[in-house]
Amino acid sequence: MTDQAFVTIKNAAKSFGKLEVLRDINLTVERGQIVAIIGPSGSGKSTLLRAINELDPLTSGEVWLEGVQINKKLPHRQYEAHVNQVRQDIGMVFQHFNLFPHLTVRGNITLAPTMLKGLSDADANALAEEQLAKVGLSEKIDEYPSRLSGGQKQRVAIARALAMKPKVMLFDEATSALDPELVDEVNLVMKQLAEEHMTMIIVTHEMDFAASVCDRVLFMDQGVVVEEGPPSVIFEKPEHERTRNFLRKHLSR
Amino acid sequence: MDTDLILRVYPFFLEAAWVTIQLSVLTALLGLCCGALGAAARMSRLAVFRWIGAVYVSLWRGTPALIQIFILYFGGPQIGIQLDSFEAGTIALGVNIGAYMTETIRGAILSVDKGQTEAARTLGMSRWETMRKVILPQAARLMIRPLGVNINALIKGTALVAPISVVELTYTAQRFIGSTYKPFEMFLIAGLLYMVIIYVVGHGINWLDRRARIT
Ligand SMILES: Nc1ncnc2c1ncn2[C@@H]1O[C@H](COP(=O)(O)OP(=O)(O)OP(=O)(O)O)[C@@H](O)[C@H]1O
Ligand SMILES: [Mg+2]
Repeated sequence: MTDQAFVTIKNAAKSFGKLEVLRDINLTVERGQIVAIIGPSGSGKSTLLRAINELDPLTSGEVWLEGVQINKKLPHRQYEAHVNQVRQDIGMVFQHFNLFPHLTVRGNITLAPTMLKGLSDADANALAEEQLAKVGLSEKIDEYPSRLSGGQKQRVAIARALAMKPKVMLFDEATSALDPELVDEVNLVMKQLAEEHMTMIIVTHEMDFAASVCDRVLFMDQGVVVEEGPPSVIFEKPEHERTRNFLRKHLSR
Repeated sequence: MDTDLILRVYPFFLEAAWVTIQLSVLTALLGLCCGALGAAARMSRLAVFRWIGAVYVSLWRGTPALIQIFILYFGGPQIGIQLDSFEAGTIALGVNIGAYMTETIRGAILSVDKGQTEAARTLGMSRWETMRKVILPQAARLMIRPLGVNINALIKGTALVAPISVVELTYTAQRFIGSTYKPFEMFLIAGLLYMVIIYVVGHGINWLDRRARIT
């Protein structure tokens, strides 16, 4: 296991019934690396991301995080306990935020840490304040999510994920549901995380953002990784016709 | 209209209304218990429980409540279940409305956005923690109105225990018709009293629903 990267995906395949969504995917991410996954709609980007934290378990293949296999085959009870444990180390941010509407911003952030890590109320509050300060929303701590803008919601969702002190953060089109003028504030928070060397895997349709923040870019199409490399290579001199076609459509905008 | 007669009989009707209220409250409570258990069974990870839940719902919704009451009250002694008419009526009606409430509760839980479960599970919360802290608080708000519809039906349904001689509103009306031959007045009083009960409960449910709205 010593030769393994921080995050390792080996020979991953996934089918929904008869539909093959991922085929023979291999991916390694080093600690502190930032990887972007790009590709056309339906190419399996979300599925791959969701396989990393067992939201959509792989049909075959392996997922490892820091020497621990995430998708171990275990009897149900042990599997549940294992998954609940490893998920604490994997933060995830969704396109539609998925904030808990019945809880305040504070409640959203403190719910999991208090329940799973047994934090005292005081410690949990301090944690919420700290995380909110990081995303620049300290003054919203007692608001309910319905009173926030989309950009603010997403920043709270990021703070909520960070409050679990994850080892890696997964972003599934974190800015796709936002009005254009709200995209920057979320990108800014993600850039800041990049500067702090958070390990991140980012599914995105924003090529500029991927080019400026990420160390590596994966281009996926029809369930396979067509090519991967540093942004300078993928965006400027991609090898494959499929990549060029995709980029032509997305960069021209 | 014989107002004199109404004045003479109305104390009996008030007493009967009290019985109807007791029946309604007990039935609602039993129904909520059966509904919660039924919904848990219907949504269980284990196929056996899902099957038991499905059978419960389809049998109890697929047969007349009156038959269920008769089976328990008249048929019960044959298999060693001896209940007085109030007990039999309450249990039969409660279990009956529980089948409807099972679907109401399940529907409310299922209508909470799937993203909520995903967000909670992603943070490391277990299935049960997610249910308790994220899904149920949201589902509870969503189920107040539809449960109100069930309770409205249940209050009117209490009239079905009249044939087994529970001295509630409908039975009382029928009994006085036997001695007074004034069905119009008797059923009118009973109907008005049902209306008052339903009106008050309906307002209570609206009040709860308004209070539970997410700000
Ligand atoms: N739960 C599911 N059941 C069945 N099919 C699914 C499921 N989730 C995804 N799929 C299918 O798998 C394929 C890949 O979907 P996925 O969501 O991973 O694509 P994507 O690359 O994220 O696309 P987009 O850019 O539109 O988000 C699609 O054909 C999709 O219809
Ligand atoms: Mg997607």
